[in-house]
Amino acid sequence: MMAPLFSSKLLLVLLFGTLFGLILGVLPGLGPTTGGALILPFTMTLDPLSAIVLLTSIYCAGTYGGAITAVLINTPGTPAAAATCLDGYPLAQKGEAGRALGMATVSSTVGGIFSVVILVFFAPILAKLAYEFGQPEYFALAIFGLTMLASIGEGSPIKNLIAAAFGILISTIGKDFMTSIDRFTYGINELSVGIGFIPVVVGLFAISEMLTQSTLLHQVFKRVALKAVKLPSKEDYKKTWKTILRSSGIGSFIGVLPAEGGTVASLIGYSEAKRFSKNPEEFGKGSIEGIAGAEAANNAATGGAMVPTLALGIPGSATTAVILTGLIIHGVRPGPDLFREQPDFLYGIFGAMLIANILFFIFGFFGAKIFARITLVPNKILWPMIFTVSVCGTYSLSQSILDVWIMLFFGVLGFFMRRFGFSVVPVIIGLILGELVEGTLRQSLVIFDGNWLMFFTRPIVVTFFILSFIALIFPLLKKKK
Amino acid sequence: MNNVRNKKRANKSLPFFFKDEFKVFFVIIVVSTILLISTFSFDTVPPILNRGIQPATFPKGLLVLIIVLTILIYYLSFKKPWKKEKELPKNFFLTLLSFIFFIIISKTLDFFLAISVLSVFVSYNWGEKRFFYLLLVGIIFPFIVFVFFEMILGLRFPPGIITNLYYY
Repeated sequence: MMAPLFSSKLLLVLLFGTLFGLILGVLPGLGPTTGGALILPFTMTLDPLSAIVLLTSIYCAGTYGGAITAVLINTPGTPAAAATCLDGYPLAQKGEAGRALGMATVSSTVGGIFSVVILVFFAPILAKLAYEFGQPEYFALAIFGLTMLASIGEGSPIKNLIAAAFGILISTIGKDFMTSIDRFTYGINELSVGIGFIPVVVGLFAISEMLTQSTLLHQVFKRVALKAVKLPSKEDYKKTWKTILRSSGIGSFIGVLPAEGGTVASLIGYSEAKRFSKNPEEFGKGSIEGIAGAEAANNAATGGAMVPTLALGIPGSATTAVILTGLIIHGVRPGPDLFREQPDFLYGIFGAMLIANILFFIFGFFGAKIFARITLVPNKILWPMIFTVSVCGTYSLSQSILDVWIMLFFGVLGFFMRRFGFSVVPVIIGLILGELVEGTLRQSLVIFDGNWLMFFTRPIVVTFFILSFIALIFPLLKKKK
Repeated sequence: MNNVRNKKRANKSLPFFFKDEFKVFFVIIVVSTILLISTFSFDTVPPILNRGIQPATFPKGLLVLIIVLTILIYYLSFKKPWKKEKELPKNFFLTLLSFIFFIIISKTLDFFLAISVLSVFVSYNWGEKRFFYLLLVGIIFPFIVFVFFEMILGLRFPPGIITNLYYY
């Protein structure tokens, strides 16, 4: 499995990706999604495997990095670390920051490795199943993915659905791929090729975050002192091993579903840890189980989210949508054929994720103190620099100034979306799935000779439609309960 | 006495068109309707070449879905009003203004200059008054990024008064 990784270049890429991911995770407002999108243009200088190894190591390490900020300054470095704040910071305030970070590091590593094992076993099985899929099945699967995203994603399901529909709508801009008829181009030639993924992602994540930061300048972070990260004691292991395993399972499962991966996983992992705990009253006051539950789950979601990304070409989270874009721009088409034709490439990714989890354990254990200092970089210096990289990175992909303006537009839009409770993640997933949804729908209708009812003659399609329906009514039932 | 009167006034519910729910509903409905109308001007495929559905059908369906869901969230907001967001600070508008400066300068003068101006403007307005740091974010860092992209990725930035000095 590791054979493709035994090259100094790839190990160097892995090392850099892990370090860079940790830095991104530590910095509030940034994270593996924004970081991955910003670094995507640079990957053009790399071969496909190195590029994806870089992106996946950023994903793994970035997800863990958020815990350092959550524990030390009570601000999640990444949204996935929000649940870690609940007990990480109170424990750090009691003078046990080292213990809190030690538990976060160990549970993240276990969760991450567990999810890689799930990825290695389940991705090929899912890919094999996908051989049975025709266009109608892929259409139903994409619809199921989008409804799941709306249902279990953060915030209002209806707002999530609007955001997802908007994302799909963006994907229709440009020449229609079946008839070459212009749609929403309004005479602008550059729009004929459609709107690129990178300007939208960088805008929705980096630029909108810059605008958010402009509203938070008065905020003062109180950083808890950290002497050294401590490995959990025997008592801590006794107390948490079941929680870690449970959360690893939950995280991997949630990760497989197309949603906000780690964020949802950590919240469920945390609440389940509380439900099964012998001391639920300690939660919110510095419970070591709370940290373990949240961190194991959010890192387990990384491997889980890679399962549908690699096996079906359907991203399990916003960051895997960036990784999927990375695969596509490097000429690698995810799906069942990838498993048959390029197994070495896949084993390279699996191995890279495994090593990245071990590397961030080492870096986190010995370097958390240094990474924590990165949070001291003031926003007034950091964000103008991020803006520079965002603009140059966005421009570089197609050397188009229009892309930069599109990025700014989506930055402003993303800010207002988040302000009014619309998640931006469904827009990203909708944009990336848009072509698949429309393409498979239209090709299915060609196969069915325009008869929509024929969808219901295929068992897999009907199953996905039923699951989509359940996903849609699930939030309503939950509310009534 | 005045304070009590002011408090009472603040608690009084706003007219519906000042509420966030309505503003969001209004913007989405107007934009979606304009886009929906524009889909009627898309070219159509002659029946003999038409396979499946017309190119405008799919976006039309999406826009109708967005409109229906937006009406639904507005209807639900009567039962459960949205929480009032804090007013946006001056710095937000200044940052937004810097984006407009960026577009104007990059279009008329120079791409690199636009990045520098925005970086200095944002950094200064966000509270950075030290000259070295303004120089760092406005000149040194953009120059490093510029050279990096130019040399490593072989990228050619759009011509402008400063970029031309580098190229020629």
